[in-house]
Amino acid sequence: MIEIENVHKSFGSLEVLKGIDLTVRKGEVVTVIGGSGSGKSTLLTCINGLETIASGRVVIDGTDVHAKSTDLNKLRQKVGIVFQQWNAFPHLTVLENVMLAPRKVLGLPKEKAEEIAVKQLTHVGLAEKLSVYPSRMSGGQQQRMAIARALAMSPTYMLFDEVTSALDPMLVGEVLDTLRMLASEGMTMICVTHEMKFAREVSDRVAFFHQGIMAEIAPPEQLFDAPQHTETKKFLAATH
Amino acid sequence: MFSYTFHWNQAFRALPQMLDGALVTLEIALLSMAIGLALAIALTVFRLSGNRVLSGVATAWVEVARNTPALFQIYMAHFGLGNFGIHLSPFTALLAGIAFNNAGYLAENFRGALKAIPETQARAGRSLGMSSLQAFRYIVLPQMLRVAFLPATNQMVWAILMTSLGVTVGMSSDLAGVTQELNARSFRTFEFFALAAVIYYLIAKAVTLAARLLAARMFRY
Repeated sequence: MIEIENVHKSFGSLEVLKGIDLTVRKGEVVTVIGGSGSGKSTLLTCINGLETIASGRVVIDGTDVHAKSTDLNKLRQKVGIVFQQWNAFPHLTVLENVMLAPRKVLGLPKEKAEEIAVKQLTHVGLAEKLSVYPSRMSGGQQQRMAIARALAMSPTYMLFDEVTSALDPMLVGEVLDTLRMLASEGMTMICVTHEMKFAREVSDRVAFFHQGIMAEIAPPEQLFDAPQHTETKKFLAATH
Repeated sequence: MFSYTFHWNQAFRALPQMLDGALVTLEIALLSMAIGLALAIALTVFRLSGNRVLSGVATAWVEVARNTPALFQIYMAHFGLGNFGIHLSPFTALLAGIAFNNAGYLAENFRGALKAIPETQARAGRSLGMSSLQAFRYIVLPQMLRVAFLPATNQMVWAILMTSLGVTVGMSSDLAGVTQELNARSFRTFEFFALAAVIYYLIAKAVTLAARLLAARMFRY
């Protein structure tokens, strides 16, 4: 379970998160929508401790993420994250990209790491690309590789930060299909996204962020068809 | 007006001696590169350490190495240190001087290479549970080496050419030293130095070519 309690976060004088409360249960898919600068991406990096927080708490399966005593490297094995820019490691082949963390972080032997990597890459439809360098692949393929790379650590939770925003429209579908597949397999996910149709389909709950506040959170049919908050209505009207 | 008669035979007869000297030249250049690389890595770590003293020492080193004549750096190692009672042989002084110079240039090269790797690369590694050291070792460093490789090759060529400054501190076994001695005995300056120049040229070209082949093998992406 991910418990986010009254989290505040500022960059300099700009407060980007103004007291966020959100609990995500195991197996749940929560999507986060909202305008640029609403704090939704920052929230994800605060969840896995890539960013510090000013106050509040993020607790993952009983571990306080921002406590001094927390081993973040260990915690991050449990919480995978995929970014808008997929950050493929250009000097490694697709297979090596996915094998690296299982080998070096989990200390698995080469054969075992390779077995896991092949399985995950097959899972996201890249079984044919194992020995290819990322520069030879499309953005959508690289993004799917990044998803496989995160999955290879067998995380309990996955965070997706606008993973289709930097892709050509043609390539968005294949990445969303991968996310749909993970959701249907019961992966616990928090997805920050601009894809409303996708959010409606896969989410158990949809959260709408506005200026650092979670203005509204509700099951998709309620949030999209009967939004309560004025800002949610405005946002949905503008994106339809 | 032009009454000089070339005596190339004399120079060619001395070729085996000169080639022996070329081996010494190559030895000094390779050693100075190895030492320079190790020092440059240390200097780069010092500069990134955030420790004022360490980064100050490293910055001063880089500044002096890159902005003063290599000849002076070698002189200092031989005669300068000699004033303090530290007597280095010509070989050691030459090696120390060139290694000092290499370290300065290579450290600056590394700093540029490091800047060329986006921070998001290390961040992606950290998000997979890697420590910062692991992210550096497995993700940043290999990419950095590619960026730094060709400039480092240039420095290697420069190191080969710098060894010729050894004659000023009494170095006599390297290519420049051997050539200088042959010249002193025969006064066939043009022939001997022209032949030596050709040998330097060929060594430099061979090193560049070897580096290119190595780069093609190492950096396939």
